[in-house]
Amino acid sequence: MPAATLDPYRKRDSVAGHGEFPLEVKQRLIGMVMEDPRFPEYLYGCYECGICVAACPSARFYDFSPRRIAQAASRRDVELMFQQMQEDIWECSQCFSCLRCPRGNNPGGIITVMREVAVKEGLHSAREALAGYSRIIYKIMSTGTQVSPDMLQPDAFPDWGPEVKDVSENLDLWRRMLPPETLHTTTTGWKVADRTLVELYVIWLETGALDMIAQVDRGIHMILEELMEERLEEEGIEV
Amino acid sequence: MSETAVSVILSKKKQFDREPDRRSADFHDKLFQLEAEGELVVQRISGDYVEVPTKYGIAKKIQKANLWHHKSCGQCGHIPGYSTSIFWIMRKLGYGYHDPEDQTSCTAWNYYASATSNQAAQAAVALRNFAAAYETGYFPLIHCGTSYGHYKEVRSELLHDGALREQVRKVLAKLGKEMVIPEEIVHYSEWLYAVREEIRSRMVYDFSNIAVTVHPACHYYKLVEGDAIFDPDVYHGQRTAAVSGLVQSMGADLRSYSTFFDCCGFGFRHILVQRDFTRSFSTLRKIEVMKAEADPDVVLTHDTGCVTALDKSQFAARAHERNVGIPVLSEAQFAALAMGAHPFKVCQLHWHSTNYRPLLEKMGIDWREAWKEFEVDAKRLERGEQEFLTWADVDA
Ligand code: SF4
Ligand code: SF4
Repeated sequence: MPAATLDPYRKRDSVAGHGEFPLEVKQRLIGMVMEDPRFPEYLYGCYECGICVAACPSARFYDFSPRRIAQAASRRDVELMFQQMQEDIWECSQCFSCLRCPRGNNPGGIITVMREVAVKEGLHSAREALAGYSRIIYKIMSTGTQVSPDMLQPDAFPDWGPEVKDVSENLDLWRRMLPPETLHTTTTGWKVADRTLVELYVIWLETGALDMIAQVDRGIHMILEELMEERLEEEGIEV
Repeated sequence: MSETAVSVILSKKKQFDREPDRRSADFHDKLFQLEAEGELVVQRISGDYVEVPTKYGIAKKIQKANLWHHKSCGQCGHIPGYSTSIFWIMRKLGYGYHDPEDQTSCTAWNYYASATSNQAAQAAVALRNFAAAYETGYFPLIHCGTSYGHYKEVRSELLHDGALREQVRKVLAKLGKEMVIPEEIVHYSEWLYAVREEIRSRMVYDFSNIAVTVHPACHYYKLVEGDAIFDPDVYHGQRTAAVSGLVQSMGADLRSYSTFFDCCGFGFRHILVQRDFTRSFSTLRKIEVMKAEADPDVVLTHDTGCVTALDKSQFAARAHERNVGIPVLSEAQFAALAMGAHPFKVCQLHWHSTNYRPLLEKMGIDWREAWKEFEVDAKRLERGEQEFLTWADVDA
């Protein structure tokens, strides 16, 4: 695999601020990205036309460019891709506007795969980007709905205006005033059946998705693992 | 549509024909082949359906009745009038449906935010929901744009990757479930588009003076774009007709603007932990541009994240004296209002942030009176005379 190129945008590890990593580690991680079955579908070479950049919301507000992602991946530039994994990938909005690429590339999709590897390997960038996010992971994995009405708290969303306070003060009453019976909940988006949750836990455990959490937040991982295993034991399900 | 610079440019290109070699293949061929080989079950469209045009000209079937509502966590949790309006319209038009408890979120919001999942897990979550729908006999209707886009990605991955199918099949076997993929993956806005003439015929308000701009959801028409609705009669087939087609049929004043293709700035991770980005993008690239170029009374969109980002971002932008202040609704709420739905008991507008009251006044809806009615019901529940409001209360 060819390694580095002279690129003014590429920084030395020490300058990039993520510590030194041996080349073999970088090669292994980038190898994981390229071996993902989706990767060949997401990259067909790059014209450097910049159409993806023009469409990209994150490129407008960050030092970020989907073209640079596609370029580095096309050149199989391990050093640069590793730097992007440590710095750039979490700026992406995952809107997939870059799918208007005339070459048929999917820079946003390449980023999804790079993020997965960053999470699996517990890279600094993943832990930093997901700091403050663990409660969401807990919510979605344990309850089957990501957003719950009781998250609407004025101290969590002070920038959303005074209506957030009205909602949180009247939450229980206003939920009971919703005509669909499934929506009377406050701690989940809707009422999820108990059996359904058990099935979801089996999925998280069987596919290794739960193990991925261990790298970014050991505490949440332990709580979730205990919760799920206990629940499955009650049901007599072995995984 | 009013004459703006953008609409003049659009109308110059009389009809947009995509070059044949850029067309994506019809996934149905592979789907039915795998069904014939006994690899999976295809849940077929049944009963009355409408054929709608898609991006590359392939007709898509939209089943009208007996739909299984795949709800959205963001809609149900934070903008409940979104889901309630969809149910209400379906009831008014007389179509039966099922609102399941045997449904989880697609979990794609978390996946696109944090990547703390993987291909097999995402596919298994999707197929567990599809199998749950199939077992009831109702056909899935997806409320969220992201669930819809993500499920189409999952479908495409499953159809082309035998190893992934094998892995997911094993997980499903543990759950005692079959591998089921529906004949079409249908978003609720496609259903609204399909029944738009029925909606028009039941309008009790004239909305011809209501100026509307539409924000199309990225995950609706950019992810696996082939089966999103594109209609030669809406924007000459150059932009998706979801939402806009309904607005046009309803006779409202559909206006165009130059950043139509831009996303809303939601960002999945950003909306939760880096909202400065979301607020900036939403207001500077969408709301302000709409206001400057089209001066709409309302922004309509068809996805959880877009309503949230575009609506909630305006409060802080006002403090910076930006040119904002347009209410944001889903087109389901807009259509329900036109058909006479209660703005609070059904459309739940009190969960929205940007001031919607001038819009209701322009529509001819007395929001003060409506709020009094809502409060009378609230008092009844507070006194413990009734535990929940029901559809019967809302329709009374
Ligand atoms: S998916 Fe990411 S890289 Fe692609 S346009 Fe959206 S923000 Fe930019
Ligand atoms: S649009 Fe495609 S070809 Fe053009 S720069 Fe971006 S990735 Fe490369």
